[in-house]
Amino acid sequence: MADEQSRVISRRELLRNAGLAGAAAVAGPLAGGPESAEAAQQVASTAAAPTVRREALEHLPAAEADLLDAVLDRLIPSDEHGPGAREARVIHYIDRALGGALASSRPAYLAGLAALNQYARSARGKGFLELANADRDAILIDVESGRATGFADGSARFFAMVLAHARQGMFGDPYYGGNANFVGWDLLGYPGIRTMVTAADQKAYEAGTLQPSRRSAYDYDTFNKATASAAPHAHGDASDGDQA
Amino acid sequence: MATRLKDTDVVVIGLGAAGGVAVLPLAQAGLDVIGLEAGGAMTRRDFAPDEIRNNVRGWPMLASHKTNDEAPTFRATASQPAIRGGHPMMNAIGGTSLHYWAQHWRLNPWDFKVVSETTRRYGASRLPKGSTVEDWPFGYEELEPYYEKIEYELGVSGVAGNLNGRKDPRGNIFEGPRRKDYPMPPLRWTAFHERMADAARTLGWHPFPGPAAINSRSYQNRSGCMYHGFCNTGGCHVDAKNSTAVTTIPRAQATGRFTSVTGATVTQINVDAQGRASGVTYLRNNEEFFQPAKVVLLSTFAYENVRLLLLSTSKAFPRGLSNNHGQVGRHYFSHHQGAPVTALFPFKVGAWYGLPAQGVAIDDWADDNFDHGGHDFIGGANLWAMSDRRPIAAAGMNTFGRARSWGSEWKAFIKENADRAHSSYIQKTTLPYEENYLDLDPVEKDPLGRPVIRITGEYKDNERRIAAFSQDRMEEWYRAAGAIAVTRGPVGGPMTASTHAYGGTRMGDNAETNVVNRWGLSHEVPNLGILGGSVMGTSGARNPTHTVQALAWRTADYVVRAWKTLT
Ligand SMILES: Cc1cc2nc3c(=O)[nH]c(=O)nc-3n(C[C@H](O)[C@H](O)[C@H](O)COP(=O)(O)OP(=O)(O)OC[C@H]3O[C@@H](n4cnc5c(N)ncnc54)[C@H](O)[C@@H]3O)c2cc1C
Repeated sequence: MADEQSRVISRRELLRNAGLAGAAAVAGPLAGGPESAEAAQQVASTAAAPTVRREALEHLPAAEADLLDAVLDRLIPSDEHGPGAREARVIHYIDRALGGALASSRPAYLAGLAALNQYARSARGKGFLELANADRDAILIDVESGRATGFADGSARFFAMVLAHARQGMFGDPYYGGNANFVGWDLLGYPGIRTMVTAADQKAYEAGTLQPSRRSAYDYDTFNKATASAAPHAHGDASDGDQA
Repeated sequence: MATRLKDTDVVVIGLGAAGGVAVLPLAQAGLDVIGLEAGGAMTRRDFAPDEIRNNVRGWPMLASHKTNDEAPTFRATASQPAIRGGHPMMNAIGGTSLHYWAQHWRLNPWDFKVVSETTRRYGASRLPKGSTVEDWPFGYEELEPYYEKIEYELGVSGVAGNLNGRKDPRGNIFEGPRRKDYPMPPLRWTAFHERMADAARTLGWHPFPGPAAINSRSYQNRSGCMYHGFCNTGGCHVDAKNSTAVTTIPRAQATGRFTSVTGATVTQINVDAQGRASGVTYLRNNEEFFQPAKVVLLSTFAYENVRLLLLSTSKAFPRGLSNNHGQVGRHYFSHHQGAPVTALFPFKVGAWYGLPAQGVAIDDWADDNFDHGGHDFIGGANLWAMSDRRPIAAAGMNTFGRARSWGSEWKAFIKENADRAHSSYIQKTTLPYEENYLDLDPVEKDPLGRPVIRITGEYKDNERRIAAFSQDRMEEWYRAAGAIAVTRGPVGGPMTASTHAYGGTRMGDNAETNVVNRWGLSHEVPNLGILGGSVMGTSGARNPTHTVQALAWRTADYVVRAWKTLT
């Protein structure tokens, strides 16, 4: 299942991005720079690995994009439980949002990714991309718990931001550039956006026979797309609280 | 200099759940009514089932984010620094009734008489120390006809539990007597709701479907509910959610007597030399207008109600309008909506579709529906098991200590359990206290440079004990329904900006301790009315809006009846 999904995506992306395949391998300078040549090398080796190919990004430089891609792959890995952040194109969701709704988070991404790489170096003697998965996870656990040093606002805050955006990209409406081929919704067993759910549909769901709808909200003509792409309001992300 | 507009009979500030109701009886009585609304207008086409836009990004396309831009600061006690938060209310025609959950509860009779009933049954010593709670100036019977009016004018689905004193176990047997059943049957139940109801019965409790301002079938030419999900903080794509934008406001417009002005942010309520309200000043597209009116109704939600009064200073009211007794901002409280209980089941709950107003309620542990002789608190909680799940929120589910919140293990966990968890919604009695209040923040300002509201408040012993007690009941209920793991949220804490904000302009006969009289009109400014939860002195264990709307209709009715003496 996982393999099938990634094959579908990479074929599509290959077609769409013919000629851009090398983009990810051209590393931009990482903020804080002396290790950037090295980073470029690591990036080149990672990019050469047979993973799902990325679309061109517009708001993240390539080196940061590679780091973020590697982080997202640990947060929501592609594994025996199904496709992960890569197949869902979570990085594409984040990149697009950094040019719009999440523009105010862009500096936090650039600084946080640089700090992450630096922390990997000081804690493990290697850049994050050079580490094996188990070490990458150990680093991320430090970042999550706030133990990792070198983060301006504390590493826990950076981690929480990336995790929140990763979930949005994995499980949000595909209209926003992530959740490609509905892999996020399939993982949850969410049968998708409908404008009507009858009592019979509910029973079918309970019986496990309701087919996924596989549509974005904006595939329904009823809804006004213009409102989805409007600029966000001043305070950025609203909390998804439980007040009624 | 503000442009002076043509005189009108009544100006209503804010066209949300409360103001949007009041305009109808006023316009129907033949009064000329102008409604000033800070936000814009939206239609069903704006209500896409889009979790990122509605829930994560907080409605980015709104014409105004006033409620968030002026969100109050909060602190638990007066000795702490206040922190700024957000506020998820809506700025648009219809206000928060556009995207609220639409649980539509009447208060129970006990809620109107907390002081006298507690004293009668347990003795006055059982009233929590430091609480400023008073009996309402009238009982449930006085509001009953207005509850009925709202249920029929807007459309509320449910089943009666007490029809003229006759108890019916299909509904809430603890409710006050009603003269009429609901105009529509309750929203449907899922297999999980049936299971929860069965479990409650095995415990000897009395489950029933909660009331909802949502059409369970077509009503007044609007569609029945489509159960598609996304109702939580989402608008309705078929107008089955009975916001004032699709019910009372268009009907008021149809009378030809009511005009709404969008994008109009009121900054001041003006007074004349006699200290009567003369009209209001508002900003629209950076231009200032003065709208004269014979009667002013303030319905901008609790925080802005209080703020507008405190900022409307004059010679007659140097400490803010209607505040010569220093009561504006006092007796503030908000529902203790936190302290949830979350359960994991070994089967699918089936909550992807449906809505938070659809589900099973338990009132056995609310108000004074059980003997408090052996307890160390008064009041209680309504337990609510609903349908509500969206994918991004589901991915953030509690993992019951079985996995961290990311990585392969987590993926396996959510793959199995995304639809196997259920979180309760427990609505609890909260009381007003001397130490909990609203005032103007000395530092924080809104984009117009005006101070925001500062909340000083925390949940006291009585509230924390109710929370712990109700978590026990909820866990018992979940276990009886087959839960294999249960976790609880923390109890207590500071009162943050709330969607259920009460007090600040409390209603009561005593002008020394209350801002508005029994009709919702200011004790100090006879032609100023105040609508919203800010007039309520108790909250009961249920969501406020039905009571807010019944009170709004009643105040508007009174303004019509008393027009000659008021103007
Ligand atoms: C997500 C959510 C779920 C909820 N669920 C429930 C529920 O299930 N049941 C329930 O009973 N309650 C619920 N509530 C609470 C309910 O929404 C409120 O009780 C109700 O909307 C209050 O009515 P109101 O008219 O006082 O405020 P609102 O409905 O918010 O209306 C206030 C209006 O005033 C306007 N305004 C503000 N300031 C100005 C100004 N200076 N000039 C001009 N206009 C102004 C605003 O733009 C707004 O339109 C929920 C709230 C939220 C956010």
